Amino acid sequence: MSTSLLIIILLSLTAVAYQFGKSRALSLSRTDAGIKTLHSRPVYYGVLTALWCGLPALFIFLAWQICEPAIMTKMVVAQLPDEIRMLPENRLNLVLNDIRNLVSGNILSAEIKPEIEEAANHYRKLQATGDAALAVVILSFALIGALLARQRITPVLRARNHVEKVFTFFLVACASFAIFTTIGIVLSVLFEAIRFFRVIPINEFLFGLDWSPQMSIRSDQVGSSGAFGAIPVFAGTAMISGIAMLVAVPLGLMSAIYLSEYANKGFRAVAKPLLEILAGIPTVVYGFFAALTVAPFIRELGVTFGLDVSSESALAAGLVMGIMIIPFVSSLSDDVINAVPQTMRDGALALGATKSETIKQVVIPAALPGIVGGVLLAVSRAIGETMIVVMAAGLAANLTANPLQAVTTVTVQIVTLLVGDQEFNSPKTLAAFALGLVLFIVTLILNIIALYVVRKYREQYE
Amino acid sequence: MNNNPENIKQSHGTEYQGPKAIDIVNRGLAKRYGSEQRFKIYGLVAVVISLSFLVLLFFTIFSNGYSAFFQTFVQLEVSFDPAFIDKDDPANSNFPGLVKKTLTDEFPDVKNRREKKELYSLISSGAAFQLQKMIQQQPDLLGRTIAVSVPADDDVDMLIKGNIARDVPESDRRLNDRQLTWIDKWVQEGKIAKRFNTAFFTSGDSREPELAGILGALVGSILTLTLTLLLSFPVGVAAAVYLEEFAPRNRWIDIVEVNINNLAAVPSIVFGLLGLAVFINFFHMPRSAPVVGGLVLTLMTLPVIIIASRASLQSVPPSIREAALGVGASKMQMVLHHVLPLALPGMLTGTIIGIARALGETAPLLMIGMVAFIVDIPSGFTDPATALPVQIFLWADSPERGFVERTSAAIIVLLVLLIVINSLAVFLRNRFERRW
Repeated sequence: MSTSLLIIILLSLTAVAYQFGKSRALSLSRTDAGIKTLHSRPVYYGVLTALWCGLPALFIFLAWQICEPAIMTKMVVAQLPDEIRMLPENRLNLVLNDIRNLVSGNILSAEIKPEIEEAANHYRKLQATGDAALAVVILSFALIGALLARQRITPVLRARNHVEKVFTFFLVACASFAIFTTIGIVLSVLFEAIRFFRVIPINEFLFGLDWSPQMSIRSDQVGSSGAFGAIPVFAGTAMISGIAMLVAVPLGLMSAIYLSEYANKGFRAVAKPLLEILAGIPTVVYGFFAALTVAPFIRELGVTFGLDVSSESALAAGLVMGIMIIPFVSSLSDDVINAVPQTMRDGALALGATKSETIKQVVIPAALPGIVGGVLLAVSRAIGETMIVVMAAGLAANLTANPLQAVTTVTVQIVTLLVGDQEFNSPKTLAAFALGLVLFIVTLILNIIALYVVRKYREQYE
Repeated sequence: MNNNPENIKQSHGTEYQGPKAIDIVNRGLAKRYGSEQRFKIYGLVAVVISLSFLVLLFFTIFSNGYSAFFQTFVQLEVSFDPAFIDKDDPANSNFPGLVKKTLTDEFPDVKNRREKKELYSLISSGAAFQLQKMIQQQPDLLGRTIAVSVPADDDVDMLIKGNIARDVPESDRRLNDRQLTWIDKWVQEGKIAKRFNTAFFTSGDSREPELAGILGALVGSILTLTLTLLLSFPVGVAAAVYLEEFAPRNRWIDIVEVNINNLAAVPSIVFGLLGLAVFINFFHMPRSAPVVGGLVLTLMTLPVIIIASRASLQSVPPSIREAALGVGASKMQMVLHHVLPLALPGMLTGTIIGIARALGETAPLLMIGMVAFIVDIPSGFTDPATALPVQIFLWADSPERGFVERTSAAIIVLLVLLIVINSLAVFLRNRFERRW
């Protein structure tokens, strides 16, 4: 029986159980003085029966889905001939892969050996037995659950309270999802990073000046021994983000000031949504724009001035990233500028200050914490931005201060190290997780500071 | 008389010698007004520059991309020669040979191997498949000669669209002089025509620009986002309801809230690392599959949906809650029967905006292997697939000139989708949002 069919049967059983419980409650009430004698409305008895029918079966189903591959593999391995079973782990995994491919009818890497064929048959048989057993267990649990619940239905059963308890539990589970996500991120990145730091010492990674992560596959290969000093990568990230902020902060801030203090209603109503469109454009589009239009343009501009510009210059990537961040800065600044009380502006204007003097000497200083918070959030955005730099920045880690040369960034390195097939034991792939850890920590610190500053600022004027 | 300032000063006896305040102000006024004007202009310039970037971006994409919606076709007189087509098994006949024969028939003076090769390269390799399909559908074509329009090779396509310059030296061109004369002959005979590029919308990826389409990527995106929507909307709404209506005010809940706000600002590539380490390496889920992409994008979209849903719940006035509790509803009934239905439009708007963001997301999908070259259209959640933005990334990396316009065209499709989704959100908000 296929899993989707099983789920459909389970769902329809649950629907039947709902009707079953509801009618049971109604029939109990009718013998007496009508529906009023029930503790809860009949719907709740129905839902309770449905929950008893569906939930245990669902949990069993999920548990099986998670455990099945491990159990199956163990049983298949136990059946394999001794000489295969004694193989080292990575060879054994290859054999297992072959068996799995054979079972699902995929193309095999090598010709089929009889013992593999036999193991595949065994696997298939186990799978069929497992599926049948699962169907029987789940459906019987569903039926037993529904019947038990129906047995327990009496007019005094506090069905609503039971149902609400289950619902509350569901709500709590959903709310803690975010915590689990964070824990998942931290653990997954941290574990791999620690494995990396076992091979490469952490201070060599953080303070080394040479980054060339290509590892030789054989020990006698020439060159490429792999160097994991991440300073050039960090410097490149800082340079591109810096260029982006040089573009985004003045333009975004001045746009916000103009739109909130000077522009008339009509202009604001048109310009503000248009600016927000910039924020809605996918970053891969910016990356294409940078690589196709901006980078060649800057290169040609450099040639006319007699400068040597790399076709993957940091300037092009930073410039386009800055464009992407403009609306981010402008909408955050807009919010904080609007939060400055009107009375402060009126006071300054009443003293005879011009509008620009009011803005420069009263509004901006008052809004500064909020603006700084917004800029910090924008910096964290720039550091974590991936597609623009992957498409427009370089791969080679140059330690340079010249924005016309190609530099690389943390995110570019993560992508290039992890895209494609990789084995999970080489420092080369693990390095990506170490970079990811640094990226996560830095952006986390920036975000926490920024969110704290912005919140404090809001409270100040509320 | 006494109101005259000079008189006042005189009446006090000692004369005030220094500059008067009004003079100081007046002297500075011109400068101050000037700087006021300049400041205002700076602001306007900033807005104009920002918006001109937007215009430039759209202009570049559209001017590069609109031509990809049309494809150059060449009309060939194909005679379905029984010598090439096996009567019993027409599907496995030598169709590339048939195309070559048709071409050499058309230009009988082409003799040597090199010239023949140049001639054959003018027609897309998809032509043979097209003929194969025709024979399969109409077996009675055997032995007849009919005019068939087949897709031209991408170099010819680019030439016709004016993207290959004719006046550069022959060695710098993708097409040499001989090939140009053949193409010109076709043009003169009216055999070359540009038609709507249906292949772009009906086929999967290909190494040949003229055969590449976005359908596979589109289906991959739809599968991924369906899963994202199905998972993130209920979980996000439930989390928001709990935090807003049920959660006690204590330290734990504060931590959860700070955590959600932080997650919303975590770089998307970190979610990709999570997906790679947890879903693929730990749970051994299939690589490149929409199911993993959907899970990763769900984790990414959840904070956005939770934040939007909480804002929507906050906008429901407390009087509604008090009224419900007042007539004896339980807290859960109050939320499910009254607060939630009123907050739902706002939650939906937030969800749609979150989904639109997920549609444009590329980096986490690269991490979980959805960047493979996949020709087949995915048919399920565990089939290998790419997504629309990833397809754009892949094509942007391809060196052929034909892929530049196809990348731009795919971007146009993506942008149109985003505009449609976001307009839906705006429509929902305007239609259903209540102001209290």
